[in-house]
This record gives sequence, structure tokens and C-alpha cells, in this order.
Amino acid sequence: MNTSRAQCEVSLTVNGKPRTVRVYAMERLLDMLRERLGLTGTKEGCGEGECGSCSVLMDGALVNSCLVPILQAQGAEILTIEGLAQGAQLHAMQQAFLDCGGAQCGICTPGMILAACHLLSKEAVPDLEEIREGLSGNLCRCTGYLQIFEAVAEAARRGMTK
Amino acid sequence: MRSDPAEYELVAPGNLEAVISLLAAQPGVWLPIAGGTDVMVQYAAGKLSARKLVSLWNLPELRRIEVSGHEVCIGAGCTYADLRRHEIVEREFPLLASAARWTGGIANQNRGTLGGNIVNASPAADSLPALLVYEAELILVSARGERRMKYLNFHTAYKQTLLAPDELIRAVYLPRRFTGYFSYSRKVGARNAQAISKVCIAALGRVALCVVDDVRIALGSVAPVPKRLLETERVVKGQAIDPALVLRARKTAMEEIRPIDDIRSTARYRAAVSGNLVAEFLIGLAASE
Repeated sequence: MNTSRAQCEVSLTVNGKPRTVRVYAMERLLDMLRERLGLTGTKEGCGEGECGSCSVLMDGALVNSCLVPILQAQGAEILTIEGLAQGAQLHAMQQAFLDCGGAQCGICTPGMILAACHLLSKEAVPDLEEIREGLSGNLCRCTGYLQIFEAVAEAARRGMTK
Repeated sequence: MRSDPAEYELVAPGNLEAVISLLAAQPGVWLPIAGGTDVMVQYAAGKLSARKLVSLWNLPELRRIEVSGHEVCIGAGCTYADLRRHEIVEREFPLLASAARWTGGIANQNRGTLGGNIVNASPAADSLPALLVYEAELILVSARGERRMKYLNFHTAYKQTLLAPDELIRAVYLPRRFTGYFSYSRKVGARNAQAISKVCIAALGRVALCVVDDVRIALGSVAPVPKRLLETERVVKGQAIDPALVLRARKTAMEEIRPIDDIRSTARYRAAVSGNLVAEFLIGLAASE
């Protein structure tokens, strides 16, 4: 148990790689990813859990990384947008977003894609209502959402399994 | 202004007993944080006055749902996602299940907890009217022992509760006696996800031999605390639902609430909508027999 205000060590797995970081316990998971690990694919939008730009998967559950104090991620498995592609081979969801015009300015895209992957992990072939609900915590100011919904449906049609 | 993490202390003892000992040693000093969906927002805005926090996230003692013959015991650390995926909650407490679906978005449902929502004590919280109509009871725990109380009396004023500085909510009990009731809920807001309600309602009722045999109505965002409409219930109970009764109930509800003007809506709009929601509930209830 860490009781001092000094920094502490937190060990977790990020995109399959074990990491140990020296941090302040109240540091946000978002800042640790971006500033300490240089994983800047995770974006900060509102900083208060409203927009979903900072969404990552923590032990398979979609979370807003701006609302997770790093100590609560001790021992967790984190998946960020950087962990999806295999080398130059895009993940099926990324490819579907490209093919359907689901990404425009790109700020919401990493969070949107992780929310979409989370949805498909629960429901392999979601209907439109389920897609809308699954992405309802992720805001986009460019697309009007229709291309994003289409991308998720397309990834499901292509049988995205992961 | 963003907070500096170096100025805060956060500990994660990992079990309930250790958390309770910490609260007993320095009552009021340690702020419990569960999924952080409210505390971290205050922290981000530089508005968190507590400097010492103790994590309740994922404590196994708080994160289980136990079903017995006459009641369901929901650990205070259960998330909205936990509630949504529980078969008995979905089947027997549909008002709580729908409130869980309407709270935040999926990411907040994966982190926000029922106990956190109760202690945060927002009068706008979507799940709290459901707890009021289901006659929930709370188990509060501290180093001094446990006490069980009706949720109905828990909120005493805006953001004030009966929780002592050394206490935590351990669990929420729901009696399993509302199956077969007509239930009605609505969230009136800019949108369901990620929007805080202008008004929300949870209501339950049963009609037998053309009269209202049993009824419970609660509203959110219309008073300093989540509000059970006991006067309106008295007006309705034992009566046949006809247009005159709907009118009286609507009027009583509008008099019983204390809505305010704020960034999300106006007192006038909230009163009108509250009356309409009560009327819509009664019309549905009448048709349910």
C-alpha cells in the first residue's frame, strides 16, 4: 500500500507490453499514456468524461482514461489505439473506418475505434440501435456519425473477431 | 485550473476492512473514490477539496450481487454495466436497469458505481428515483459496525446525506416484491447518453378491480434531493383512474416538487414536464390491468 505523497511504482500491461512507471498515484491514466509512454494516439478532449476521445480498454472494458487515476490501473491490461495494428497491417476496424469515411479530423477516431471494438467484443453483429448506443459516449464533430456507424457495421460484416 | 497530482495522495488498500480502518483513524480526512466518474471530474476542474483519497475500485466485498428468496443485495461497488448485465436486476427491477442504460455512456457505465452515485447525491442522478420506488434499504458500514436504513430518508438536503464521516455504503437491498407491477420511466434531457436529465421519473403501480391498489412515484432534478411524491401517491391510491384523477394527480405533483432554474432547464418547464410524466404514468397504469 502506498501512503506517501511521493511518487509510487505502478505496473501494468500496455498493448501487450509489461510496463512499470514511477508516477503520482492521482496522475490520470491518460497523461501517463501520452506523456510518460509517448502514446499520443489517445486524445484529450473534454477532460471530464463527456466526449470519449480518451477512451481506452482497461481489462477489456471501455473507460475514459481522463477519469482513471493511475493507481487504479495497477495490474491492469490497457489497450490503446497503438495496440490494434499488427505492424503495417491495419486492424479490421481501422480498415473499415478508412473504407467508409469514418475518420475525418481524427480527434475522436482512436476513442471511437476502441468503443467500436468494445461493442463488437460484446455483440459480434450489432444492429444499428446497438451501434448507436455502443458509441453514444463518443462525440464526433465532423462526420455526422453515419459513416462511423457504417464502418462498424462493415467491420462486423467482415467478421471482425477481435 | 487543472489539479497537480503531486498535491494529492491516493491509496488503494485492496480490502474493505483496511479502508474502514483508515476512515476510522481519520474520519472526514479520506475521500473514498470508486470509479472516479464524479470525483475525477472535480479533480480535473481543480475543485476537489480533499487531498487524501482512498480507492474503493474493484474491492471484491463491494462488487457482487447476491440474490436471496425475498431480496437482492447489490454491492455498492457494482457498476452500471454490472447492473445492466444482471438477469434478475433486468427482469425484476426494470426501472433500475433502464436508469443504468441511461447513465453516461458505455465508458462511464463501466466505471460509475451505484454506491458512488448515491453518495455523490446529485438530485439529477437517473438511478436514484428507481431506488426510491423500489423501497431500497442501505447497509452502512464503519469500524463501529453496520446499520441498515431506508434509502427514502438518506438524503437530507442538497448534497447532504446521513452518511457519517467514517462510514461507507456497503450494499443496497431491494425487496423482490414488485414483480407484476406496471413500471414506467422516462429521462427528459438533451439526449439519453452523456446528458444530465432536466427531469427523470421512475414509477410503479398496480391496479386491481379498477382501482389503484399500490403506487410509488419518484422524480429526479425537481428538488434538492431525489424526490418521492408521497402526496401524489396518496391522492391516487385507492382511486379509479379517470381524467379527473389524472388532473388532480398532475396538480398535486406540480405543487409537491421544488424545481429550480439552472443551466439545463427552468423551474417552469420542469414543473410542466413533471405533471405530464405523472399523467402519462397514470394513463399507462390504467391501461395495464
